[in-house]
Parts: sequence; C-alpha cells; structure tokens
Amino acid sequence: MITHPRTEELAEAVAVWIDQIRPSLDPRNAFLARVAAKAMATIGREITQGPAAEARAVAAMSDVLGRDGTYEALNAELCARIRAGEFTVETPGLLPALRIMAADRLAIDQPSYKPEGAPPPSS
Amino acid sequence: MTLDVAVALSRLAHRLGGEGARLADAGRLSGGASMETWGFAIEGAGPREDLILRRRSAPFDPENARSVGLSTEAALIRATGARGAPVPSVRHVCDDADGLGEAYVMGRVDGETLGKRIVSDPRFDAVRGKLARQCGEVLAQIHATPPPPDLNLKTVDSVGELDRYEEVYRAVGAGRPILELAFQYLRKHVPESAELKLLHGDFRNGNLMFDQEKGLVAVLDWELSHIGDPAEDMGWICTNSWRFGRPDRPVGGFGDYADLLAGYAAAGGRPIDLARVRFWQMLGSLRWGVMCLTMYVSWRDGAEKSVERPMIGRRVSETEADLVTLLEQGL
Repeated sequence: MITHPRTEELAEAVAVWIDQIRPSLDPRNAFLARVAAKAMATIGREITQGPAAEARAVAAMSDVLGRDGTYEALNAELCARIRAGEFTVETPGLLPALRIMAADRLAIDQPSYKPEGAPPPSS
Repeated sequence: MTLDVAVALSRLAHRLGGEGARLADAGRLSGGASMETWGFAIEGAGPREDLILRRRSAPFDPENARSVGLSTEAALIRATGARGAPVPSVRHVCDDADGLGEAYVMGRVDGETLGKRIVSDPRFDAVRGKLARQCGEVLAQIHATPPPPDLNLKTVDSVGELDRYEEVYRAVGAGRPILELAFQYLRKHVPESAELKLLHGDFRNGNLMFDQEKGLVAVLDWELSHIGDPAEDMGWICTNSWRFGRPDRPVGGFGDYADLLAGYAAAGGRPIDLARVRFWQMLGSLRWGVMCLTMYVSWRDGAEKSVERPMIGRRVSETEADLVTLLEQGL
C-alpha cells in the first residue's frame, strides 16, 4: 500500500547493507548475515509474488474440491481429505494442483533450488 | 564459564604424545549449535601427528536425543573401519582427565566435504563418475559390520519412521497437502521388512570426504547411526536436497542409481531393488521436510533464536517440489 519506498524496496535496502558489512564480521556472524540477507530477499519475493501465488493456489484447490473458499479453508479441507484417504495420487487434478502450489512456493522461498526432475545446467 | 579448549588440548597433547610433546596449530574448524570440530597437531616427541577433536559443546540428553553419544560414535568408527570401510582412525576417546567433556580424537584425513564442490568443481571431474559405485561398496562394508555390543543402538523401520515423523508433523500444526499425500502414499507402499543391519544413518553428500584422485576417503558424522533397513542409507544419499543443484544425477548429485546398486552387490551386499531405494528416498524428502518444520518451531518456541532456524523452515518448499515429482513418477 505505501510507496516511495515500497516494502520490497525497504527489504532490498536492508539486504544490501547486510552484504556491505558482511566482510567485517567474524565467520559465524558472517554466515548468519548471509542468511539474514537471504531472508530479506525472501520477504521481497513474497511481497511481489505472493498475492498472485495465493490466487493461483485458491483457484487450483477450488477446482479439486469443487467449491470456493479462502486459502486457509481450502488448504485445511484438502489436507483433511488427503489424510482421510478420500484424495490420492489417482484423484483427477490433485497432483497438477499440488505442482502449481509447490512451484509457486519454491519460487518465493528458494528460486535457485533445482527440484527433482529439473534439467541439468546448460553450461 | 566457557571451556578453554586450547588449554585442554595442550594438556591432551602431553598425554597422547608423551615426554617432550607439544601442541601445534590448534584451531576451531567448524561448529554447529551442539558440536565443535578442532584441528590440532602434536609435535616434538616423534613424528608429527595431525589430529581432529570432535566434541559436544552443548548438554546431551541421551533419553530424548536421536543421536548417539560420542563414545558410541567412536566405537562405530572403529568397528566399521575394521571391516574395511574408509573412516578416520580413532586416536583417543576423551575421559574426565582431559577436561574436554564428551569428545574424541581422530587422525586427520585430507579431502573435500563440501557437497557443492564435489558435484560441480572441475577438480572432481575425473573421479566423479566412480563415486556412486564407491558409495555402494562402502555401504556394503558398513552394513556387513556386526553392531558392537552394549551400544544400545535404536532400531528403526519404515512404519516406525513414518509414525514418528507424522507425529512430529501433526504436533507442528502446519497444514501441508503435499506432505499429507506423501505420508499416505508411503504408508500404502511400505516395502516388505528387510534384514536389519547397522546403518550409518546420515550417509549423504556433505558427510562424506572425497579426494580428487581416490574418491571416497572417509565416512564422517556417525551420530545418527542405528539399526535398520539397508535401503534407508541408500535412499538418503539419493534425496534431492543433497544433490546440490544436480537433480539429474540421483546419487548425491554425482552418480546414477545403477552404479550405487552395482557397487553394493559387488562388495557383497544383498542386492537391493531400486523401488526400495526410491521408497526411502521419498521418505528422505518427507523426513527432511518435517525436520525443516521443526527447525522453525525451535525458533518460534524460543529454544533457539538464530535467524538460521526460521530460514531453514522455508526449505520445506524444496521437499514439496521434490515430493510432487516423486509422487507423479511413483516408486
């Protein structure tokens, strides 16, 4: 909502500063600073990509469950029906929906991670 | 009061090296939340000895811990080493007189343990193709080792493992549909029970030391050793979280299933079906996902305030991405 700066710009500024001071830190704190900078980057990605990812997840879960609802409600029902054995890997649409949700979360949390099935690096 | 490890090592150098021995080049190599590694040398009394101290820096609760004590670890290294497995030599298990707490000393082995380098550094290009087979051979040696008596190692089977991690997952209260589906799928595909063997328990790229010419030179970090299905150790090194950016090479990011299985059988291990390895690999991803959740919880509940913990919590999504593909492929 607030701009000049937007939230993701604040997060970026903090991440840049952490990277600037990192060389002056002892090894343990230098490591933690790197983690902290990554956390700021994750926050930035979640702010920019999160709303669209949530909308896609809601649409995907609605399709599988055959009803509308909030992200939380649909997610809870999906978990419950999988746990109860009503939904399995054979359930039409379930795995494609889960794939969309997993890919969107990974793009926020760890965009550089190469998941199972990803092609080898081209270089 | 923090223990002065350097002072204690100086005393230890006299004890181990005898008359005229002195400590040299002592320095901390790495340290996690509960375990420290120190490098040091003994000089003066004979040929120089390059050694490693592994010591616990936080209190150990044997009742609740999943890991074994360090004296048990030392006993396992000795026992598997006697069967030919590449492990460091155990030089000394510390006692009260050393003032180092729970600790042991081993001979220093030179090599690389950083998984990313083993997977992608050109220094390992020549040897990389041999590593999966070597891992199979070494696992056969470990699994052929009779568990040393009196160690009280835990026994773990697939159903027990699923129960344990599902209980932890439920307690965390995170609703994750992919993890739910993985639990259900794995319960339907539990393999027939296996002949139980001594397992390393954390056999993955990162806990193995490699030399750019000789390949696998030391199996490290025995703290999760237990009795169980031999395919568990194989599935864990095939879990994608330890492939360091090379999912196309299922064994540790450096090799293929067929080489791992062939090395195992060639070294006398009872042949293992790929489907069984894949079961444990999928369980490995699920287990790592639940462990990531518990890392977050340890931060949320105040047990551990490092920023590293909640960030590891966000690694659940890597296991979800891996599990979706495994669920699509089937075992």
